[in-house]
Amino acid sequence: MSEVREIPTLWIQGGTCSGCSVSVLNAVAPSVKNILIDEVVPGNHINLRFQATIMAGAGDPVIRVLEETGEGKAGKFLLVVEGEIPTAEGGGYCCVGEKDEHPVPFRDWVVELGRKAMAVIALGTCACFGGIPSGRPNPTGAKGVMDVFKEAGVDTPLINIPGCPPHPDWFVGTVAKILISGLPKPEELDDWLRPKDFYGTLIHENCPRRAYFDEGKFAKKFGEPGCLYELGCKGPITYADCPLRKWNNGTNWCIDAGMGCQGCTQPEFPDFLGSFYEKITDVDVPKIGEYWKKREG
Amino acid sequence: MGKIVIDPITRIEGHLKVEVVVDGGEVKEARCSGMLFRGFEKILEGRDPRDAQIITQRICGVCNHCHTTAAALCLDAAFGLADKIPDNGRIIRNLTLGFHQVQDHILHFYHLAALDYVDVTKVADYEGDDRVLNSIKAFIARGQLSPFVPRYEGDYRFPPEVDQELVAHYVKALEMRRKGHEAVAILGGKVPHACAITPGGATEVPTVDKIATLLWRAKELKEFVEDYYVPDVIRVAETYSDYFEIGRGCGRFLSYGEFDLEGGDPDYTKRARLFKQGSTATDLRHEPLDLGEITEYVKYSWYEEDTSGRHPFEEDTKPRLGKQGGYSWIKAPRYKGQVHEVGPLARVAVAYAAGDPAIREMVDSVLGHFKASPEALFSVLGRHAARALCALHIARNLEKWVLELKPGEPAYVEYEIPEEGQGVGIVDAARGALGHWILIKDSKIAKYQCVVPTTWNASPMDDMGNPGPIEQALIGTKVKDESNPFEIVRIVRSFDPCIACAVHLLNHKGRELKRYIIA
Repeated sequence: MSEVREIPTLWIQGGTCSGCSVSVLNAVAPSVKNILIDEVVPGNHINLRFQATIMAGAGDPVIRVLEETGEGKAGKFLLVVEGEIPTAEGGGYCCVGEKDEHPVPFRDWVVELGRKAMAVIALGTCACFGGIPSGRPNPTGAKGVMDVFKEAGVDTPLINIPGCPPHPDWFVGTVAKILISGLPKPEELDDWLRPKDFYGTLIHENCPRRAYFDEGKFAKKFGEPGCLYELGCKGPITYADCPLRKWNNGTNWCIDAGMGCQGCTQPEFPDFLGSFYEKITDVDVPKIGEYWKKREG
Repeated sequence: MGKIVIDPITRIEGHLKVEVVVDGGEVKEARCSGMLFRGFEKILEGRDPRDAQIITQRICGVCNHCHTTAAALCLDAAFGLADKIPDNGRIIRNLTLGFHQVQDHILHFYHLAALDYVDVTKVADYEGDDRVLNSIKAFIARGQLSPFVPRYEGDYRFPPEVDQELVAHYVKALEMRRKGHEAVAILGGKVPHACAITPGGATEVPTVDKIATLLWRAKELKEFVEDYYVPDVIRVAETYSDYFEIGRGCGRFLSYGEFDLEGGDPDYTKRARLFKQGSTATDLRHEPLDLGEITEYVKYSWYEEDTSGRHPFEEDTKPRLGKQGGYSWIKAPRYKGQVHEVGPLARVAVAYAAGDPAIREMVDSVLGHFKASPEALFSVLGRHAARALCALHIARNLEKWVLELKPGEPAYVEYEIPEEGQGVGIVDAARGALGHWILIKDSKIAKYQCVVPTTWNASPMDDMGNPGPIEQALIGTKVKDESNPFEIVRIVRSFDPCIACAVHLLNHKGRELKRYIIA
């Protein structure tokens, strides 16, 4: 048997609904079985040492796995963070495991393991930007990894894979790319550290209902043909490849199902610009590709 | 006397810690603590009421679709639409919820619970030509067994060939639950967190091609439940039959019922549902559902007590850190002042008590197989069996519902958001009774309360001193090996806890006992 490179991977979960984990379970090719068991890329095996939703063990033995991997594999392991990081009240709104009989705030795990990791993938909009729990009034001081790293002075390479939940392909594709060609170069990520491979275009650019928009044909109620802009669609300001990739093995996606895009890959999610059902009002609908230029200017 | 602390309890949704005090090999005290608070109800206040459906499903990525459904029913009621949803809308909600729950039950048994009974490492000795098993054998041979070890050891009972077969089913079940999700997405847009179920109905207009594919997907899922899931649960039950007597619980059951078979009655408690609404106890006498009988207690939770014992519409949630005598941030909901278990076992028990012929036939056939009385249902294995039968019952109705869809006809009705209003939406989620309550003022959300299944099941003691259902199921349990407390995790997982749903505030340590940590 040829030598297989084991990539130690820790997948820790904070303020999460576990929807990101469940979404990754929906991966098709490779399947989640291929990811866990097989060489996901020839010669490379993801050695998933900690993932609380699926791992066999519980309690103290699995907490020791976190500690031992942090110590023994420093600079060699991949850290996946799912869920926001509560920072109010000393981070006490989310604790994982115990140290010296005291609950350990999730924030401490993120900083401690984050510092030692080879690279960090923030999976899902919560881990990237705070997500729904950071919606006003943000009762727990929810933040994404990016902000927590900035505050703690952690400079480990970070890749954001937002989405509520993220598409399994976005995660699997990013991991595969790391295994095949190493960490992404800065120019391969956008300003929000999202891989341009998946988040490089606006929903609006590739939307199958785009022609309606250009012709000014807007649906007035759900179930009608027409552009969903007036029913609250956030597609014009949301970056992701959903219209091309579609969801759940290509069966459907939000706009094909007759509902507007909810903007779930954006840092502004969920507070955005009013209700999910309200037309975006206080930005001009950008011409293709101009939204971010405008933001930067 | 010693204390076993298991933190985290894995293979559940969310952050759960369980502490039990063991004396003479028997659990004397038990406590469940949630470890995460996100404050959804606070985040909802002041928002557009319609957003509740999109936001509340993000409470839980495992049971998201149950929240979508409960929120949509709740908003329908608050907007005066409860009896005006087009049939297509009602059926789309049933189908998406049905496919969702079947895949959720499959996920729970194979991917969350089974590793307590099935030894993956036995595949190392596999001698056959199954590709999947050989790939797992190669994986084991490489010597890196995560995420299947470390684990508790010493009570895996199947012969190697059964373990091997069940591991192959674990892998097949991964594919089947993915396909279940795909079926939800066909009408729901995407999943987790489907977008297409809204107040007023659903945004999808069913088409003939969708009907055709759903029909075959429903059939495939039903056949998996019939040919694999139910027989595998029976196989576990035959080999671990002592678990028919472990984890009995509180002996009272509550179900809101689910899957509206008609939409004409605006009162959800009176609607004809596939699973009947109501409550029952171990005597299996059926009582009708009365939502006015739900109260939440906080004497042993870290909240101000001035509204303890009130109905969700009338209670306040005022945290009080370090309150004397408190030991949990989960509240204690009670029905008719008493502790009630919710979930598939409750759903099946209530339907059985109500005399539902399909449920009676399924339950009696399983009990007959084990030559057991209905008493055996109230146990760890009873919960797993009830969950499998729920999946079977739903799966056997999906094809019929698919054919009831009317292609091209609307699934949605327009509405105005009222300036003031209130509503309640109830559904028996995968994990049990789920209720959403809304109060609207100035066309915004003034108050939103979710009383969710795991709040019922993982609740602490109420003001009268009665422990919650999981606590009661743990107390009295004999723990054979305190360093490998299989009994505890098997009992807890039989409830399929969903802690993201249940927890309102952060964990705080209970009173300190002399303790040591083993795990």
